[in-house]
Amino acid sequence: MAPQVSAESRKRIDVAATPPDLIRNFCIIAHIDHGKSTLADRMLQITGAVQPRDMRAQYLDRMDIERERGITIKSQAVRMPWEVDGTPYALNMIDTPGHVDFTYEVSRSLAACEGALLLVDSAQGIEAQTLANLYLAMENDLTIIPVLNKIDLPAAQPEKYAEELANLIGADPDDVLRVSGKTGEGVEDVLDRLVREIAPPVGDADAPSRAMIFDSVYDTYRGVVTYVRVVDGRLTPREKVTMMSTGTSYELQEIGVSSPEPVVSKGLGVGEVGYLITGVKDVRQSKVGDTVTNARKPADAPVEGYSEPKPMVFSGLFPIDGSDYPVLRDALDKLKLNDAALAYEPETSTALGFGFRCGFLGLLHLEIVRERLEREFDLSLISTAPSVVYRVVMEDGTEHTVTNPSEYPEGKISEVHEPMVRGTILTPSEFVGAVMELCQNKRGSLLGMDYLSEDRVELRYRLPLAEIVFDFFDALKSRTKGYASLDYQDDGEDTSALVKVDILLHGDQVDAFSAVVHKDKAYSYGVAMAGKLRGLIPRQQFEVPIQAAIGSRIIARETIRAIRKDVLSKCYGGDISRKRKLLEKQKAGKKRMKMVGSVEVPQEAFIAALSSDDAPSDKK
Amino acid sequence: MPAQPEGDVPPLDGTLPRDSAARAGGATFSAYVHVPYCRVRCGYCDFNTYTAEELGPGANRADYREQLGREIAVSRRVLAGSPLEDRPFDTVFFGGGTPTLLPATELAGVLDDLRRAFGLAEGAEVTTEANPDSVDAAYLQTLADAGFSRVSFGMQSAVPHVLRTLDRTHDPSRVGEVVADARAAGLDVSLDLIYGTPGESLEDWRTSLEAVLEHRPDHVSAYSLIVEPGTRMGAQVRRGELPMPDEDDLADKYELADTLLAEAGLTWYEVSNFSTSSATRCDHNLAYWRNADWWGYGPGAHSHVGGVRWWNAKHPRAWSDRLGGGNSPAVGREVLDADTRALEDLMLAVRIDGEYPLDRLAPSAREHIAHLLAEGLLAPATVSTGRIHLTRAGRLMADGIVRTLSDHLA
Repeated sequence: MAPQVSAESRKRIDVAATPPDLIRNFCIIAHIDHGKSTLADRMLQITGAVQPRDMRAQYLDRMDIERERGITIKSQAVRMPWEVDGTPYALNMIDTPGHVDFTYEVSRSLAACEGALLLVDSAQGIEAQTLANLYLAMENDLTIIPVLNKIDLPAAQPEKYAEELANLIGADPDDVLRVSGKTGEGVEDVLDRLVREIAPPVGDADAPSRAMIFDSVYDTYRGVVTYVRVVDGRLTPREKVTMMSTGTSYELQEIGVSSPEPVVSKGLGVGEVGYLITGVKDVRQSKVGDTVTNARKPADAPVEGYSEPKPMVFSGLFPIDGSDYPVLRDALDKLKLNDAALAYEPETSTALGFGFRCGFLGLLHLEIVRERLEREFDLSLISTAPSVVYRVVMEDGTEHTVTNPSEYPEGKISEVHEPMVRGTILTPSEFVGAVMELCQNKRGSLLGMDYLSEDRVELRYRLPLAEIVFDFFDALKSRTKGYASLDYQDDGEDTSALVKVDILLHGDQVDAFSAVVHKDKAYSYGVAMAGKLRGLIPRQQFEVPIQAAIGSRIIARETIRAIRKDVLSKCYGGDISRKRKLLEKQKAGKKRMKMVGSVEVPQEAFIAALSSDDAPSDKK
Repeated sequence: MPAQPEGDVPPLDGTLPRDSAARAGGATFSAYVHVPYCRVRCGYCDFNTYTAEELGPGANRADYREQLGREIAVSRRVLAGSPLEDRPFDTVFFGGGTPTLLPATELAGVLDDLRRAFGLAEGAEVTTEANPDSVDAAYLQTLADAGFSRVSFGMQSAVPHVLRTLDRTHDPSRVGEVVADARAAGLDVSLDLIYGTPGESLEDWRTSLEAVLEHRPDHVSAYSLIVEPGTRMGAQVRRGELPMPDEDDLADKYELADTLLAEAGLTWYEVSNFSTSSATRCDHNLAYWRNADWWGYGPGAHSHVGGVRWWNAKHPRAWSDRLGGGNSPAVGREVLDADTRALEDLMLAVRIDGEYPLDRLAPSAREHIAHLLAEGLLAPATVSTGRIHLTRAGRLMADGIVRTLSDHLA
């Protein structure tokens, strides 16, 4: 029988009155598919936090998209009781988002913990994203408990990967725990190790209250639910609190913990992790990283580390059916309530009509938003090729911030700055050459290279973000048979020899196809796009040149020959009705065409050209 | 074979709406007689045809004249008492299928029945389609004696491998003999051609055109092959066993036909039809494109009378069952409103040289007319005569021109 905490002992870890010594705050750092949710499920069961009859797979992943894609978008905290040597402890497990797009949110989750489980699939070894988050955790001085999962798999190589993990964190391979989230083997040891090795939280119970927000979630019924870690002092219901970044104040309507279902509490003390409800309706009023303090007796300084979410990738979203524009607008307004990082403003495209220019943290964020719009609001959307933020300085010194290639300034440009990233790539050593070639091709410069083990290499590159958002993931996966993984982080900006390539149809520019590319790649982009459009746009009554141009200079040209025959030679046995209906159908089809100047372009051609084979499809 | 269009359910007795006389398609009246029998079904054909042996009693060839007689009686009854009653037929056309699978006397008998019911106008044009291998001199003489004035031979091609792909069984050399027989009987002769058969080269097509001209026909119809879903050829194309006809190749072949036929004195009067003079044009064909009134007799036949289009039950069995019960064989119809009729008039008449008057278009059409003239799709005669004349390039783009102008009907 597992050492679950008895009803008698539970009183010692009552939410409102647990001494910090009996609290352990930890998170799990893992790559998607390495079994984090399954391990969490086992922990919930073994600690008795969830009764067997209530158990369901991936208990903590609430949103459908999360569960289906096997990824965790939004973090959440769960309080579990666990007894070691006769003493009851409260374990707060803080679920971290697992993706590079949400690095800032990950860093705030880590800041709420004293320790982390480094969870790695014993058949696959560590991945680049996990490594990046591990480094973040180590920078935050978290105690790392290495765990190899899925030891029940036939392909598991626990010896090999224990060695790898031990090397990374400077431990002994024998200290690496081996578990199976699926069978539950070893999970009790993990819980014991958490209690023994992770330091209890430290804070000043008598100081003015300070609690750091590490997540906030919009709930249709409750409004925004804010997840906090109390650093100093104590939060109590009905008290008036202030958000230190904005100075706005709210009354705490409810305080509690997730266990994992919400349990209302009389308060939260030092080191506790729980949720607050203030009745606000927009997650922007409860920002991740911000500090909550008492309004009447505020703290002097906020908890360090807060920053505003910054969109890195931009894309235009347009409804395929133009009459859906108001639906799209309302849908974005709703999603925004739950997504502080989503930014958007109306955009009009001559080719695609009315839509929104949206800013995202990264490609996965874009994909998730798009998928939610289509799924939850029943919209069909076209999204334009993702773009980054360029800073264009003109010769006269004026400066333009360009998030949309069609807004790229005309005239004499002095320099163009583009955002750069530091990329970390983990690859089996046999693919090092292929990966280096790819990075070079993508304008990367090598920063360093290390062998993690005999056959696994970590490559560090500085790369333009624009190259990453274009087709880097797919190219990396295809060159390494899917084995390489990538993580990247913001690394300032560089001046680059960039140009805008326009696509002209019969002399008229098609705004949706303009792209900012490096001058060495302008020609190949132009040739590829013109060629693709030639295959997608039907022949017209006149010859249609498709040109790629930099300013007024044509760099590529294709021609759609004029249609020569558009007549049916006869009627079918006097079936005029059939002929007329065909005509009416053709006329209706013509009405659905988008006109670019005098050229009729079917909507499908835009969709096909924008959702190119080259576009990233694996953004994980 | 193509499905019939969707329409309203017509009354069982086939009665037309009260005001249909006022909406007659001009003064003329035509009869189309569908003979749904073929010896073999050709792989490309999606017309309503059956091999002679596949139909049971009541719907087979032997009963055909009798069944048709019932539909003629229906047409008499429907038009009785209306101003549409007293129009004799200006044209009669026997099509199929292969009308000449019926004995000549049978065709002559049907014509007699029609004559008795409505009369034939002075100089009426009476045509039958014929396969070159299903007629001889005596057969053609019988038709001429019964009042037929014209025969249209389904020659299709003079090139053996093309004929084979089309499943046509006749010997090309047979065409010359039957043309001579028809002439001897005093019949005008038209030859039908199909271009764009998979595997047909431009030279093959030239060979066929030259062969046609050797026979000195009064009239030529040249239709591009249309691969229809639901035909054997459609399936072969879908499976990749035959190539889909290429539109540019079809355009080349149309242009070659237009050139060679014009050099030989056969000028176009409708997109797919050419004749030696205005006297040898096919009036029945023109009646369709002029949106005139006609009664279509036989299984699956379409009619257009008094602003109503209707269509008969397709299967000979269903058609004859309805007639046997004393009902109209029509299974669907459309009562056309003024806008629809105006659209149809444009759609059809644009194809006839110098037919469609510009004054039926709104002033907003002018810039499009100017544009079409500038692009060389309309001939300058359009301006001088005030009626649409397509150039050769324009004929190949006729459907596109209709789409453009149809937004500007007066």
